[in-house]
Amino acid sequence: MSTPEKSYYPYYSPYDPCKPIKVKTYSTPPNLYLGFQPPNLPQFSPKEALRAGTLWKPLYDPYYSPYEKAKEGR
Amino acid sequence: MWVYEKKLQYPVRVSTCNPMLAKYLVEQYGGADGELSAALRYLNQRYTIPDKVIGLLTDIGTEEFAHLEMIATMVFKLTKDATPEQMKAAGLDAHYVNHDNALYYENAGGVPWTATYIQAKGDPIADLYEDIAAEEKARATYQWIINMSDDTDLNDSLRFLREREIIHSQRFREAVEILKGEKEKKKFF
Ligand SMILES: [Fe+2]
Repeated sequence: MSTPEKSYYPYYSPYDPCKPIKVKTYSTPPNLYLGFQPPNLPQFSPKEALRAGTLWKPLYDPYYSPYEKAKEGR
Repeated sequence: MWVYEKKLQYPVRVSTCNPMLAKYLVEQYGGADGELSAALRYLNQRYTIPDKVIGLLTDIGTEEFAHLEMIATMVFKLTKDATPEQMKAAGLDAHYVNHDNALYYENAGGVPWTATYIQAKGDPIADLYEDIAAEEKARATYQWIINMSDDTDLNDSLRFLREREIIHSQRFREAVEILKGEKEKKKFF
């Protein structure tokens, strides 16, 4: 399984006016890795699928803001 | 021809009166990578693409209108009872003098929608690569809106829309695989 996020460490100067963000992250959702979808992948139940936005468990990648993550201790 | 179902693809609930969020959401309404652009781009490309992937463009283009309707509902709910003062405080004063509280196809900066946002190159690979890029850009836009929003109910609907962009991108990538497939290595699922 792929990871849904990658990070990198951009250069920052001691003279940068804003507090540096030392680690930058970006999304790498599962569609980048799957290729042509193979048969018989695990599925959500119809009810779960309607909530998730996909029938296919390996393609489910919910995104939460840093604010939401902090609030729920994710 | 289309058949209309009088319900939203996914419920839209808004928990706070926050016209500022409407200003951000409008990017997905009338912005370059928004739902209107997506729907019109895909449905228009259908005529000059190999038969095998026309159905995909019809399906996704149609779904984009369902997304457009969800965004419209969000924007409407966030602004419908906002006073001129509240619109002004949300940075929507220029919108208000032109449109009152009506919705309009414009981006978050107030720039009206333009057909130059979309392309139909007539080359199937070029068009599908544009579609894949459009889906990834829409996915990113949803991330940035979620980052700007503290409305948990709204974010739930936005997460659904972002997930759909991932699926659309997946299907467009598969469409490229189908069109570039070499005849002798044909695979059916
Ligand atoms: Fe889409």
